[in-house]
Amino acid sequence: MDFFDMFLNIGFWAATVRMATPLIFGTLGELICERAGVLNLGIEGIMTTGAMVAWMWVYQGGDLWTAVLVAAAFGMLFGYLHSIFSVYMGLSQHVTGIGITLLSTSLSYYSFRMLLPGVTTPPKIEPFQSWAVPFLSDIPVIGEAFFNQSPLTYLAFIMVGVVAYGLYRTPVGLAVRMVGENPMAVEVQGIDVYRVRTAAVMVGSGFMAVGGAFLTISVFDAFYFDMINGRGWICVALVIFASWRPGKALLGAVLFAAFDAIQIRVQQSSASFIPYQFYLMMPYVFSILALIVMSRKAAYPKALLVPFRRGQR
Amino acid sequence: MLLEPRTHTPLWMTIVAPIAAVFIVLILCGGLIVWAGAPLLESYFALFVGAFGSKFAIAETLVRATPLILTGLAAAVAFRAKLWNIGGEGQLYMGALAATYFGTGLISLPAPLMIPFLFVVGAIAGGILLLIPALLKTRLKVDEVVTTLLLNFVILLLTNYLLFGPWKDPMAMGWPQGAPIVDSGILPNLIAKTRLHGGLIFSVLAAICIWIVMSKTKWGLEIRAVGLNQDAASFAGIPINKTIIRTALISGGLAACAGVTEVAGTKEYLTLDISPGFGYTGIAVAMLAGLNPLGVIAAALFIAGIYNGADSMSRAMDVSNYIADVITAASLLMVMLAVMLTRMRVRFG
Repeated sequence: MDFFDMFLNIGFWAATVRMATPLIFGTLGELICERAGVLNLGIEGIMTTGAMVAWMWVYQGGDLWTAVLVAAAFGMLFGYLHSIFSVYMGLSQHVTGIGITLLSTSLSYYSFRMLLPGVTTPPKIEPFQSWAVPFLSDIPVIGEAFFNQSPLTYLAFIMVGVVAYGLYRTPVGLAVRMVGENPMAVEVQGIDVYRVRTAAVMVGSGFMAVGGAFLTISVFDAFYFDMINGRGWICVALVIFASWRPGKALLGAVLFAAFDAIQIRVQQSSASFIPYQFYLMMPYVFSILALIVMSRKAAYPKALLVPFRRGQR
Repeated sequence: MLLEPRTHTPLWMTIVAPIAAVFIVLILCGGLIVWAGAPLLESYFALFVGAFGSKFAIAETLVRATPLILTGLAAAVAFRAKLWNIGGEGQLYMGALAATYFGTGLISLPAPLMIPFLFVVGAIAGGILLLIPALLKTRLKVDEVVTTLLLNFVILLLTNYLLFGPWKDPMAMGWPQGAPIVDSGILPNLIAKTRLHGGLIFSVLAAICIWIVMSKTKWGLEIRAVGLNQDAASFAGIPINKTIIRTALISGGLAACAGVTEVAGTKEYLTLDISPGFGYTGIAVAMLAGLNPLGVIAAALFIAGIYNGADSMSRAMDVSNYIADVITAASLLMVMLAVMLTRMRVRFG
């Protein structure tokens, strides 16, 4: 396949948008947490939980949209657990996050094994079908690539706008950004820092879980162990890449997904003589490179990683 | 709700807190066992017997504890300096790759030289792997959490490539595994008819050495000072970046030695599954030990016992052995909480 033909290929763009979807949810979720001053390294496990719970809900006869809500609820539950440790108790956010990832992953695997004992090949469900947006999908090329997608993909793009509006144009968003910059100033205003941070971590974790759910009830139709495969960590890198801005997060996720789509297509073309494992390394290497490029001017939220203890300076 | 620092922590509290935390975790996880429809007490009894109930069980638990002591030490040293090395898994595989590269016929030395040589090249390889994120952190302020995490995936894919490609042992009947380590490089067996090997002695000695370094030497003081307060450490004339780099080399080297013990001791050849997440579990081990190098030995024994016991419990009671991962993760969180409560007092209202 000619390298430049690929960019004219509708399938390539459709794949890019599809692969960006879980990254958009995950990056938005991490961004909300970090804007409130809490690094949420539970993301990898919370995405796994979202993927398992949503799939299991549908497999047990539940409705697809309810599955999304159930996944979000489980994500928020683990977000709440995270905030008990990281916000209320002020413990190390790094270790708490890794702990939440280990706990939510292992609980998901344990539950999957218990609910489906002795299953070797993962059973299939009927996932979300792509839904063509009326009129818009009739636009040549762009319509087919962007407006004939899973409803969850549209939701992801809408959420970018919602989160951006919420963070920059509403009093709640102002409070969230302030607890991430100067919690003492928020406390002086009579707003409960603990509650704002907890709410932000819970909502953010809900987003992450929906990102995981997208994989099992939209892209694929089954749950596999290790299926998140570092996507959560890549989202953490994308937040830094996006300088904590929702719009740039969308750009980063799409750019990243495009690289992933290129990688898969080059790997599949027979002309390649490089072993496939090196193509699979590309997303991780690319994330590290993106971090190196962006870190020098990264403006971290000032209170990120700093626990707030009422009555202490 | 307010948290106030305690002026004085009694000794009994320091000892009881982690044990009580683990006890609470076992009670909570009992709910999962009941959910699976297994009798609670008998299941935990089966777990205990599987972990420590016979000579063979104890030997297997010690085999599993060996790499966990090393990855636990790696995390404990790095976390003391607040260098968040979550890349133990990648460094472990890096050590395993180095041991395989040098230990499968490239170099032949008598055993008393060959075994130390394999540990040294393994440690160097692991140290270099963590040196990349550490240099990025000190020079370019790149967050080391994400880089160490992402490098785990890169190294695993590299191992995958080597084992399916150039390093695949043609004698292995198509299995993706490396050539066997030469006889002089194999860690000696400690108890006949068990898999227990000399790696255990190495890892216990490593724990004692690290304890001495951390609590009795200038290096240890510098590492702890950098972790406690960088500004104060810098003001006291401690070279921050140098200390971080030094910590990274020690931590990466320790985690890589776990790869050497697995390749040269437990398996005697490299496979893709020499580590079922030892690198990540090492973080739990370090936290359970309160980052104390000698405590790491006890914590590693406990976690290894849980994993081994859960394997035999899952066979006997039909409870998924993922219960071990749940207990480990919950213990990590609960012990962290308990240790904090020995230092802080909670006041409500």
